[in-house]
Amino acid sequence: MRRYFSRKLLIYILTFFLAVTIDWLIPRFMPGDPVQNMLSRAMLRADAAEVMYGYYTKAFGLDVPIGQQYLNFWNALFHGDLGTSVYMFPTPVTKVLLRAVPYDIFLLIPSILLSWYAGNKFGAYAARSKWLDNTVSPLGYVLTATPYMWLGILLAWFFGIVLGKFPIAGAYSFNLVPHLSWMFIWDVLKHWFLPFASLFLVGFGGQAIGMRNMIIYELEADYSHYLEALGAPRSLVRKYAFRNAVLPQITGLALSLGVIVAGALVTEVVFSYPGIGYLLLAAIQNQDYFLIQGCFLFIIIGVLFANFVIDIVYLLIDPRTRTGMMGETA
Amino acid sequence: MSLQVEHLTVYYQTLRGDVQALEDATFTIEDGEIMGLAGESGCGKTTLGHSLIRLVPPMRYVRGKVKIDSEELPIWGMEEMNPFRFKKISIIPQYAMNAMNPTRKIGKMTEELLESRKVSFSDTLPELKRRLDMVELTHDVMNMYPIELSGGMKQRMVMVLSTLMDPTLLIADEITSALDVSTQKAVAEMLVEFRNRECCNSVMLITHDLSILYQIADTIMVMYAGQLSEKAATHTMIHSPRHPYTKLLISSLPKVGVKYAEKRLKGIPGSPPLLLDPPIGCRFRERCPVAFDKCLDVPPFLEIEKDHLVACWKEFERDA
Amino acid sequence: MSEDKKINEFLYFALRNKKLRIGLFIVLFFLILTFIGPMLAQNDPFDYVNPGGAEPPSSEYLFGTTFFGQDVFAQFVYGLRATFLVGLLGGGIGTLIGVLIGFTAGYRGGIVDELLNMLTNIILVIPVLAVLLIIAAYLEVRTILIECMIIGLTAWPWTARAIRAQTFSLRTREFVDLARLSGMKSSKVIFTEIAPNMMSYLVMAFILQFGGAILNAATLDFIGLGPTNAISLGLMMQVAVLWGALQLGSWWWFVPPGLAITAIVGALYVMNVGLDEVFNPKLREM
Ligand SMILES: Nc1ncnc2c1ncn2[C@@H]1O[C@H](COP(=O)(O)OP(=O)(O)O)[C@@H](O)[C@H]1O
Ligand code: SF4
Ligand SMILES: [Mg+2]
Repeated sequence: MRRYFSRKLLIYILTFFLAVTIDWLIPRFMPGDPVQNMLSRAMLRADAAEVMYGYYTKAFGLDVPIGQQYLNFWNALFHGDLGTSVYMFPTPVTKVLLRAVPYDIFLLIPSILLSWYAGNKFGAYAARSKWLDNTVSPLGYVLTATPYMWLGILLAWFFGIVLGKFPIAGAYSFNLVPHLSWMFIWDVLKHWFLPFASLFLVGFGGQAIGMRNMIIYELEADYSHYLEALGAPRSLVRKYAFRNAVLPQITGLALSLGVIVAGALVTEVVFSYPGIGYLLLAAIQNQDYFLIQGCFLFIIIGVLFANFVIDIVYLLIDPRTRTGMMGETA
Repeated sequence: MSLQVEHLTVYYQTLRGDVQALEDATFTIEDGEIMGLAGESGCGKTTLGHSLIRLVPPMRYVRGKVKIDSEELPIWGMEEMNPFRFKKISIIPQYAMNAMNPTRKIGKMTEELLESRKVSFSDTLPELKRRLDMVELTHDVMNMYPIELSGGMKQRMVMVLSTLMDPTLLIADEITSALDVSTQKAVAEMLVEFRNRECCNSVMLITHDLSILYQIADTIMVMYAGQLSEKAATHTMIHSPRHPYTKLLISSLPKVGVKYAEKRLKGIPGSPPLLLDPPIGCRFRERCPVAFDKCLDVPPFLEIEKDHLVACWKEFERDA
Repeated sequence: MSEDKKINEFLYFALRNKKLRIGLFIVLFFLILTFIGPMLAQNDPFDYVNPGGAEPPSSEYLFGTTFFGQDVFAQFVYGLRATFLVGLLGGGIGTLIGVLIGFTAGYRGGIVDELLNMLTNIILVIPVLAVLLIIAAYLEVRTILIECMIIGLTAWPWTARAIRAQTFSLRTREFVDLARLSGMKSSKVIFTEIAPNMMSYLVMAFILQFGGAILNAATLDFIGLGPTNAISLGLMMQVAVLWGALQLGSWWWFVPPGLAITAIVGALYVMNVGLDEVFNPKLREM
């Protein structure tokens, strides 16, 4: 277990290190001068541009030797300093991002957990009968193949515009000021529902398919056949198969986090939901490089953290890792 | 009589047609008998063993009757067989190394299995412990996961599990093949011990290692390409085999202990026929040194001496 | 079994596999559309041809027109072409790198394997899109080729993992040992003994990469980081959303691009399952 854990930890640390390095490297080594570029799009007066140029060059730290720049970058990072947003000048990027993060959590955690749970349940049912299999599996394949933004667009159009049942923009109505009341909570939930539903549905499809295939594989495993040969009832055979199929599904979830997060970004764009994805679009359209870099780091930190949590859950659930007998799965 | 099989025929369904893996098998196993089932790889030994306890697609029941303690076994029905499994007929499968659920402690798994068969775990526990002692496993294994056991330990654990309900017939499929030579011998002797202490009434010991059969089997039955060739007491089989295939099989063994399946039969040209489209009549015909025109009919499996059965026209003629 | 017989058997089961047939049919349908579509389309995808703005499908404009009066059908078929290009190139690059890395790791083993495996695991954890967008954001001019490159360069770890595991198991099989013992050269062992046995995995890995590249490209295009000079299905959806196609109810603008992506990627996945059944006798339905 030690070994398993320290291996994982090493990977996370290296990943983080690599991510920060990429984040530092890219603006500096891409063709073109990012500062110049940013300012030219901002269409400032020439004298203002000069002042700003000096400011940003300093902010980027471009006036010191390259090694020093790298160290400074890490140093700033540890002080939570990711620069200043241009698009929301003069708010620090960290602050802008921290304001958006709760919306992402509010959207992602329920959709990931529920789609995982429901997908596994239905996938297991599908493995049970030909009839269910023939309905759930094709549905699952269609859902996993659906681009997140398109499902979002369809839901927004149908439930928001055609039926007019749900709002399709923002996290709460523009005319409301956040406060604690049933009315406001209801409003928030209504705004949350459609983006949640699109993330849920795509995730559901993938999980259902994964579970169905895993269970069928487990039902054909030797231990299942042995149980059958000893006359164990179906319920016991299925129970074991399900438990064993769930384990790889947990690892699978960790590996698909990147895709889910990407899905959340575009879903937020569709619904103008003020999380990191929405910020990102604004940052891209406004050439706000500090903000883009900040989004990048936040996404990676989030995914690494989620991976870490899933690893711990896995350790708690799979008895083999506890006895230290598990081979290398990392 | 412990087991009675009549005209049992089992095929594998494939898109290319039926693989005729077991054709018209008729034989019996007496109370207390350890019968060795031998034959080259792919001749249908596992098919015969499995069809008695867990006959599932792509296996297809074609015809035949199986009786255990004079009671007919519904081998054609997955659900109908359940009351008989474990209690009347049980198996140590070829895949014993992977037979236990990897994520359950062995004790817990045993408990869940027993309770699911409406047998009280706590009542069985003392007997279970006694049997663990018999196969020299510590009682701690109940608190372990299968992965914590060595191959030999897993094999013995499955042996204990499979015989826990004192079945009338125990099918043991290649139980020694995956083990090293010294462990092989120990496991084989434990099997005899199990029979002697009536942990099971009779045993069908499937193997492609004749030396194990020399050591522990009371009788040996030989199969070729899905058909029964010969069955006799071990001593008779070794010293005076009658079927041409068995004769070649036994004589081609340079010395006891060589696994013959790993060697092509010396002196017999050709290889076993494909069972998708087997030759009519005696399936050994094309390789048989003494075949004649009568062999285009399937030879019946007849008792030519007391407890010595053979399926060969040549032998019938000689005796006639 | 001889090679000929193997191929015959493969074809025998492939042609009888329903999943493979359905998947192949859908993919081919769209593929043919990318070739004949531009001939059918009367307009340039970016031209403002309809002064009436957004109008539903009609005999003149098969898929209707956008808010700006552009021909949706023209955009669709040209976008489809970009989609296939990204799948082919992006997926191809991803497969190639994945195969090289996975194969080297599995075949060489030891320290090489340790290092490559570590690299694979690191890239696997990093969300692909995050890397794509940071690269894309800093590139001023982006062509579809660059998009394919960056998608391929970030998507390989899945393939590398699968191929590594497969190589591992093949490497330790008897026939490979035999070939080695008999003094065969490493490269010869690889091409005569291992590669033929890996073909099925390569095909399936490529199909998955193909689908993955299409989805990744759609995401990039949708957040405005796609090619700067070309139409794509993702870009169509972005423009539709930004210019109020939802509020205006111009469904013909945003339904076709998403539908095509879903159909193609879904068909690829289904094909993959079908191929798995064909290659893997255990999974064949009786
Ligand atoms: N699942 C299956 N589908 C088709 N044919 C099978 C299957 N399993 C076994 N066979 C065929 O049935 C024959 C007997 O196999 P088996 O009983 O496993 O032989 P043995 O145990 O004697 O080695 C072989 O020719 C084998 O090819
Ligand atoms: S029946 Fe004929 S072919 Fe078969 S073993 Fe006897 S002599 Fe040979
Ligand atoms: Mg066998």
